[in-house]
Amino acid sequence: MGYLAKLRVWRGDAGSGELKDYKVEVNEGEVVLDVLHRLQATQASDLAIRWNCKAGKCGSCSMEINGMPRLGCMTRMSTFTEDETLTITPVRTFPVIRDLVTDVSFNYAKARQIPSFSPDPSIKPGEFRMQQEDVNRSQEFRKCIECFLCQNVCHVIRDHEENKESFAGPRFLMRIAELEMHPADEADRRDIAQDDFGLGFCNITKCCTDVCPEHIKITDNALIPMKERVAGRKYDPLVWLGSKISMRPKAKGTPAVPGKR
Amino acid sequence: MATTDTDIERYSYDVVVIGAGGSGLRAAIEARARGLKTAIISKSLFGKAHTVMAEGGAAAAMGNVNPNDNWQVHFRDTMRGGKFLNNPRMAELHAKEAPDRVWELEAWGALFDRTKDGKISQRNFGGHEYPRLAHVGDRTGLEMIRTLQQRVVALQQQDSYEFGDPEARIRVFAETTVTRLLKSTDGRIAGAFGYIRDTGKFVLFEAPTVVLATGGIGRTFKVTSNSWEYSGDGHALALLAGAKLMNMEFVQFHPTGMVWPPSVRGILVTESVRGDGGVLRNSEGKRFMFDYVPDVFRAQYAETEEEADRWYTDPDHNRRPPELLPRDEVARSINSEIKAGRGTPHGGVYLDIASRRSPEYILTRLPSMHHQFKELADVDITKEPMEIGPTCHYVMGGVEVDPDTAAASVPGLFAAGEVSGGMHGSNRLGGNSLSDLLVFGKRAGDGAADYIESLGGSAPAIVTDDVDVAVAEALAPLQRAEGESPYAVHAELQQRMNDLVGLIRREDQVKEALADLEKFKARAATVAVPGERAYNPGWHYSLDLRNMLLVAECVAMAALERQESRGGHTRDDYQEMSPEWRKVNLILSLHGDKIDMVHQPIPPLRADLLDLFEISELKKYMTKEELTGHRQAAELEEGH
Repeated sequence: MGYLAKLRVWRGDAGSGELKDYKVEVNEGEVVLDVLHRLQATQASDLAIRWNCKAGKCGSCSMEINGMPRLGCMTRMSTFTEDETLTITPVRTFPVIRDLVTDVSFNYAKARQIPSFSPDPSIKPGEFRMQQEDVNRSQEFRKCIECFLCQNVCHVIRDHEENKESFAGPRFLMRIAELEMHPADEADRRDIAQDDFGLGFCNITKCCTDVCPEHIKITDNALIPMKERVAGRKYDPLVWLGSKISMRPKAKGTPAVPGKR
Repeated sequence: MATTDTDIERYSYDVVVIGAGGSGLRAAIEARARGLKTAIISKSLFGKAHTVMAEGGAAAAMGNVNPNDNWQVHFRDTMRGGKFLNNPRMAELHAKEAPDRVWELEAWGALFDRTKDGKISQRNFGGHEYPRLAHVGDRTGLEMIRTLQQRVVALQQQDSYEFGDPEARIRVFAETTVTRLLKSTDGRIAGAFGYIRDTGKFVLFEAPTVVLATGGIGRTFKVTSNSWEYSGDGHALALLAGAKLMNMEFVQFHPTGMVWPPSVRGILVTESVRGDGGVLRNSEGKRFMFDYVPDVFRAQYAETEEEADRWYTDPDHNRRPPELLPRDEVARSINSEIKAGRGTPHGGVYLDIASRRSPEYILTRLPSMHHQFKELADVDITKEPMEIGPTCHYVMGGVEVDPDTAAASVPGLFAAGEVSGGMHGSNRLGGNSLSDLLVFGKRAGDGAADYIESLGGSAPAIVTDDVDVAVAEALAPLQRAEGESPYAVHAELQQRMNDLVGLIRREDQVKEALADLEKFKARAATVAVPGERAYNPGWHYSLDLRNMLLVAECVAMAALERQESRGGHTRDDYQEMSPEWRKVNLILSLHGDKIDMVHQPIPPLRADLLDLFEISELKKYMTKEELTGHRQAAELEEGH
């Protein structure tokens, strides 16, 4: 039943660090986070790990296990062989604070730039009427637990620090899609999705979808439909003609990006 | 950062909200709406608070599914669930205001599941007479926290447009822990002191008001559905600041936690499984809950499986299945079955929805549960029953507050949500927590704003010596060269509380726990943690220990004192519910190192609220003298 697992865990801070070897007891049914907790309790009390619910619901314990972005609490030890060495490192796209904990403030900054839910102000609370089939699409995206594994794996920013300024990442492009498909939202975020949040950077490799612990079809259901909506607006000849001859108010309902304009 | 560095970052706010779950965020939104400069102190990252784990829904008598529902029915259910120990004014405000608070979330972007006519759908839950829980599948807490988080962001965007600074009037201090509240020389709240996890730096907030919204205490017990944050911080901060705790003996053990494998023991299995048709069976395959309907609930619950099963489609002409009794009843029944030798191989009972509902239905209604069991236990809940058992889930006790303003007894201190006491009496109904957070979160924000207005511009000043004491206290574990690991003390504390002050209590065992707690306190005072200040979990644990030990002592003291069984307090040696004990709240306060406990009469039930019940029901709970004002009081005299 129990055995000693071989772990190589990245220890260090923003300045420097290294992989350190540990041997830690493993019992039946345990997940990687259990084993890291045992390591903390018995050998390395100052090992920095971010975690909360240990049930796959809060998205705190994101890490890379043998190079794969995973939640520590949802990765069963039984998916590895007993003689395998597990290499556990912090997510790569964000700066290390200490050990397995990274500075994910990039994500909170992006969240704050996306213009918020904008309903018709004349609808009073309690008066919204929406059909289930109309809320299904956005509900899928609202399953997101903000583990930021999709942000971590996305090649646009994973090894390209220079793109972080102009690219919001899959999680927040999906947030834009969620608001665009929200039946009660009235704003139009198509232009800013492309111009301010870098939707065009995405070349639909689906890496984000692959790592999503909530199994949200980020690429197929959020990013590709958003690209189609943007293309529809930008390249529809009637829309183009209308905007040229001022038949339509320009960018009606497009909100300003907070902190940018 | 060196372990001796005593530098402190300083900030000044009108309102400091400690806790970034449902009640904290709702309080902060209200304070900001009142024009106040508001800080939100979040022990974890923003959006990770324990509220995300709430599954079933938010109870609000909107009447969308059954138009017979209204606040009076909700009030009655809440009082029954709490065995009439609830603060009636809180239960009244909660029942009246919950619908507005839920609708407001929708106006902020929440997407609840819908009824056919496009309204918010509502589901059945234990103890609720009608389908009442607004929900999103089985991830309602996530929807709520995200909606409130995004509302805070929307307010920050307004400030960004208006002032060019998103944090002009509302700022989130993520991964920051408060270790002490600070008061002025005249005993008013003046600020809060703590540390920032990332850097290990100290931080001081000067503020005339603090709203405690720190949640619960589950981390004091071994088998719990609660996350590491639930170390009773707000309960302890309140005690240390001179406020009072009430009803700490009432701890809710949720009937359905996972039991296998051991590493997931305690993780919550939502009550929605039963609300949506799941049933409990013992190892003999028997639906045993029919054997456990207590007298006080007999009129409302089905006596046969046939009637219980008809209720799902025809609730107006059939009584409810006994699986949907309030949580305390179901948890005790499960415990009895296991003790009688009719448990599962891993020491639980079976929760079966596979044989009762189609896989498609289960996947739509309970996607998180399906995912959780498949990933963590290799169990497909559309094909096999789950093994479940009781898990420490919620504390009904908490800071004693004024129902209308959420004010604690210390001027400037407010508390809302799980950290406050009174609302749920001796047992909380499922679904009443999310609505509680919203109703009293908003009221706490308003209470703080009103209090600030009453100060008329004079701000209570902190006492510098108190800050020095707080610094020394926080640094102590880092500065000890040698000592025990805080992890070891914590693990033993959890085990002892689980074994001795758990679901079923007995005088000798609780006394044993209190003796052990003295030893744990001595050990906690000598723990040492190696390493730096930046993100050092050993250090954080050692500071949380103080809070857990204080809370554990309060729970044990009150559990020893209350000689009856009621709601979340079951005494093996006093198994009956006593009308005399119903009239008593146990109030705890800290004087020096000593916790004092006094008996305090509960507030009377106002005549119009009393009249919402039939006297035949009330007399099961209350003494004759308490019922003299009831509309049917004459019946008592006639000997009915």
